[in-house]
Amino acid sequence: MENKDSSKISRGDLLKGLVKKGGLMMLGGLPWAAYVEENKEEEFVLRPPGAVDEKKFVESCIKCGICVEECPYDTLKLAKPGDDALTGTPFFTPRDIPCYMCTDIPCVEACPTDSLLKDLVSDDNDKYNIEKAEMGVAVIDRKNCLAYWGIRCDACYRACPLLDEAIVLNFERNKRTGKHAMMKPEVNADICTGCGMCEHACITEKASIFVLPREKALGKVNDDYIKGWDKEDESRLDSTNIYIDKNQVEKSTLDYLNDTGSLLNDE
Amino acid sequence: MSNLSKYRFLLLRRIVQVTILVLFWGANRYGWKVLAGNLSTAKVLDSFYLADPLAVLQILATGTIITLDILIGVLIIVFFYGLITGRIFCSWVCPVNIVTDSAAWLRKKGYREKGNKYLKLSRSTRYYVLVLALILSLILGVAAYEVINPIGITVRGIVFGFGVSATVLLLIFLFDLLVLKNGFCGHICPVGGFYSLISKFRLLKVHLENDKCTSCMDCKTVCPEVQVLGIVGKKSGDISQGACTNCGRCIEVCEDDALRFKFF
Ligand code: SF4
Ligand code: SF4
Ligand code: SF4
Repeated sequence: MENKDSSKISRGDLLKGLVKKGGLMMLGGLPWAAYVEENKEEEFVLRPPGAVDEKKFVESCIKCGICVEECPYDTLKLAKPGDDALTGTPFFTPRDIPCYMCTDIPCVEACPTDSLLKDLVSDDNDKYNIEKAEMGVAVIDRKNCLAYWGIRCDACYRACPLLDEAIVLNFERNKRTGKHAMMKPEVNADICTGCGMCEHACITEKASIFVLPREKALGKVNDDYIKGWDKEDESRLDSTNIYIDKNQVEKSTLDYLNDTGSLLNDE
Repeated sequence: MSNLSKYRFLLLRRIVQVTILVLFWGANRYGWKVLAGNLSTAKVLDSFYLADPLAVLQILATGTIITLDILIGVLIIVFFYGLITGRIFCSWVCPVNIVTDSAAWLRKKGYREKGNKYLKLSRSTRYYVLVLALILSLILGVAAYEVINPIGITVRGIVFGFGVSATVLLLIFLFDLLVLKNGFCGHICPVGGFYSLISKFRLLKVHLENDKCTSCMDCKTVCPEVQVLGIVGKKSGDISQGACTNCGRCIEVCEDDALRFKFF
């Protein structure tokens, strides 16, 4: 393939060579791309605290593993081929080892690439605040949570580092026995950091409370719903510039209610 | 020439390669501060970083801005390998080299020395892999070669203790042994390719004194990048191509002292 006498290549040969090389690159590139694509589409991966969003994280993490080395609890692991995370990037599996929410957050402190970003886990005064971490959010499987059966268990509630904030217990009358209380755990997604202490502590064979990435576990409400009873939320209205003059609306409410025609025609 | 001195650089290289891995491993296991991280990015003496330029290029290709720490780390590496030592990453640092060297050695021991019957591949394939890696990183939004890079997979496996991926290394070993001589490191690996590209103007070079050369061609049987030894038996001079890994094998096997390292 090495052309010793390159001066004698004709233009046709050159073109052919280019096409051939381009073709070979495509041939090699396609399975490679497919593998990379499949490898990075691990949607249920939990990242260390302070991780930038997943799309940016897989771009910027250089896979040095220094965060893994700094973690005193061996929580973090670097993904090997076959793990549920982009090969070489750090993740954790709370059922094995949860994040113990170090207050000095050594993993974030150590990251040389800003893939773990100090700002995301700091207060305004630049002091670390691990409670701002959003590694994921705990979700309860009410079908298998023993507390929902009426059996007394508060393992997750007790394990949670944000005790009685991220998980609260709701007391309810046990209708089956008629004389006991049920103590049903409930997660407050605004407070839960996703550390996974609860998942780690859950006593059922497969955890009935478990951490999912926030974008997997949580819904999203469109902007036009506003909590009218919440001052802060209500203030969002101030910034809109849509003003509806009720006198300008042509049809009255009654017209709408009587307009059965459009309902029937809606085949 | 004593037997040991025929392997002096080889032994030294193995010691350096293993020491680097042990230091990385100790950083993870015992918190040593000499070299933390791994070959993609390392923190040295708890004070500054070294970073793999090819990995960083791919990250840049995804459209990510790198930090100053990493930029400095890349510049140190590019300066050191590119202008001073040449491509010694491949022969003195990279652990995959141990695997591919053993395959080459087995080949030489009579096992399939003859030609490459199955596959003809240009040595510039690695540059195409390199370009492809950057294109794919741009399209896919993730450093594409780092996902399959056997160096990274191997080093992480050792340093972080989850075990070496035997499959990956075995594939490379068998490829080099059965399919193509010096196949992986000499033809495909874009990391080696990258360092070849930047090493043309290095200070440390192998020098040939042709008057002493008896044209026995021992050097060519051990060199993993034989094409760089084109001047052997013809004229004195430096081995200047960037692909030379400065492994020193040619120097140590030469019975006639025709080859030596030359700085500057
Ligand atoms: S906060 Fe502490 S326990 Fe949690 S991942 Fe970071 S270093 Fe590990
Ligand atoms: S320290 Fe940062 S760059 Fe290194 S592996 Fe962890 S997240 Fe990635
Ligand atoms: S993951 Fe579980 S233990 Fe951790 S903060 Fe959330 S509810 Fe509490």
